[in-house]
Amino acid sequence: MTDYKQKEGDNTPLVKAEDLCKFFKISRTQTLKAVNHVNFEVRRGETVGLVGESGCGKSTTGRCLVKLYEPTSGRVLYRGKDITKQTKAEHKEFCSNVQMIFQNPYASLNPRMTVKEIVGEGMRLHGNFTEAELDEKVEELLHRVGLGKDHMSRYPHEFSGGQRQRIGIARALSVDPEFIVCDEPVSALDVSIQAQVINMLKKLQSEMHLTYLFIAHDLSVVKYISDRVIVMYLGTVVEEAEAEELYSHPLHPYTQALLSSIPVADPELAKSNKRIPIKGEIPSPINPKDCCQFAERCPYATERCFKEMPKLKKVAPEHSAACHLLT
Amino acid sequence: MAEKLLEIKNLRYSFRTYGGTVKAVRGVSYDVRKGEILGIVGESGCGKSVTAQCILRLNPEPPGFVEGGEILFEGKDLLKSSKKEMRDIRGKKIGFIFQDPMTSLNPTMRVGKQIEEVFVGQNNVSRKEAHDRALEMMKMVGISDAEKRFRQFPHELSGGMKQRVMIAMALVSKPSLIICDEPTTSLDVTIEAQILDLLLELREKTGTSIIMITHDLGVIARICDRVVVMYGGEVMEHGNANEIFYQTAHPYTRGLLNSIAGLSTPKDAVLKPIDGTPPDLFSPPKGCPFAARCEYAMKVCQDYPAPEAKLSESHETVCWLQNKMAPDVDLHVERRGRKKDENSETNTAAKE
Repeated sequence: MTDYKQKEGDNTPLVKAEDLCKFFKISRTQTLKAVNHVNFEVRRGETVGLVGESGCGKSTTGRCLVKLYEPTSGRVLYRGKDITKQTKAEHKEFCSNVQMIFQNPYASLNPRMTVKEIVGEGMRLHGNFTEAELDEKVEELLHRVGLGKDHMSRYPHEFSGGQRQRIGIARALSVDPEFIVCDEPVSALDVSIQAQVINMLKKLQSEMHLTYLFIAHDLSVVKYISDRVIVMYLGTVVEEAEAEELYSHPLHPYTQALLSSIPVADPELAKSNKRIPIKGEIPSPINPKDCCQFAERCPYATERCFKEMPKLKKVAPEHSAACHLLT
Repeated sequence: MAEKLLEIKNLRYSFRTYGGTVKAVRGVSYDVRKGEILGIVGESGCGKSVTAQCILRLNPEPPGFVEGGEILFEGKDLLKSSKKEMRDIRGKKIGFIFQDPMTSLNPTMRVGKQIEEVFVGQNNVSRKEAHDRALEMMKMVGISDAEKRFRQFPHELSGGMKQRVMIAMALVSKPSLIICDEPTTSLDVTIEAQILDLLLELREKTGTSIIMITHDLGVIARICDRVVVMYGGEVMEHGNANEIFYQTAHPYTRGLLNSIAGLSTPKDAVLKPIDGTPPDLFSPPKGCPFAARCEYAMKVCQDYPAPEAKLSESHETVCWLQNKMAPDVDLHVERRGRKKDENSETNTAAKE
């Protein structure tokens, strides 16, 4: 299994979304286009941040990548292979290589299982361990995420939010994965606890050579943890760039507005910062128009924006944006 | 200094549960002046919401009960007011905006009607007048197409729109104080920015005072004039926004500021979280509630509650480090986004 994991000089991206679409049929005439022709790739060992407002399809994208949803059209390639066309054995290996950390630590742990059962479940399915070995491995994992042996026989309700999120992380790590989709792992936690969890995720990444897709709406956290950032708006990717580049030179009007509306914990800076206000709300993703999705709220929108859907264009190496104004 | 509108004096509030008595608020004092925005910041469970709900007596009683203290509003003790008197204050003199707009609106009532409802039982307001004022308020908070929205149900509106309806409801009878309990926590950043701008604009127009309860220091920095930092049911530090952010004088405030990943935080920097977890309020610690997590904690911190120390006319901190016998500790928060010289400037200004 391990030799399959890391091949030297292999340049295929670890995960690649090709023209990925996920539509939900609501009624005969209405389709909710949660993810609408999305293309991106995640390379080995990097952290890709996926940001956007609620309802922009970032969680759905994450769920498509781990096979929790089946894409409506388009493909998800894992190591260059389509994940919908896996054999049973390949699927089993995929499941132990790709894991997910969920947003809400209160809802994502089974309240009737002990911590040991929660963390050990994956190992029981994927490996041949005796009970004693399992105990030892669970203990080691809990130690990794900063919990102790005495927590093993307890139930989720006995833990605080931060501790529960650690249990969720231990569960994801239990099958020795290489790619983890973190779906808003810290947004339900207090700031002082958020920093603990973020530091831990960073430490684990360097220790275990993990690749993350980090989904969040908190742009400052995403900037801190990610190498590259993808900005989504209403089911489409509007901009993609290296983290530093994106935050210093945002090109898409939506990214600019989004960045300027982050609250800064510095009163003088907050008062002097110029903000680009965007009017209105994120429109409904049900039956979206076939034009630039941001056009309605965009301060620079031209006639063309209401007629034609912009394509993601490369503006600089490692920086692309989907906007008609950038030609 | 502006006149005091509301004054909380040494409030103590607890809840009786099967597990024992939870001492949620333990001796909190702060005041709100006319026309200012007061921020109250702290982590979940620090008693910030319980204190605010005490002002309007919104906590369920039992299990909650007042152990002591006073809340003076326009010179009257709200804790001693009768139910009828409280009814005349709630929504009329003091408005309240709840955290979750999704669950705090009545799903079976049209939103316009819910705003009008504030006037029910007020003899001097006719139905027509109530309708007009509700509509006018909806326009004022930036709800487009107000006539149509007036007849819609909450589920037909988006989160930001629902929060605007809540704000309209809190404002419609022109209260002198609005309490906002995490009004933007469940909203997206772009909508959050819109709502915060709206609150600032409304303060300009109507001159009302606002209590802003939040755990987001970014929100505090953007709109608040003064800040109260709470932890474990007690006030740790209070002062002007600039004093709290630039002349931080309590290790907890510093810990909070240090643990945020700002936009200017470099990649290789390690965030400094506050280790440990908040205290158990069933049996609160004898001394300073933060002592167990504080990196500067001394023996005295664990055994005796810290004294209040006045640092300037408006800035007070509750910490043993201010004692003459305590070692000198640099609590200055590193500001990565700012230039060095700027930093030293604010420092020298502080010394003068």
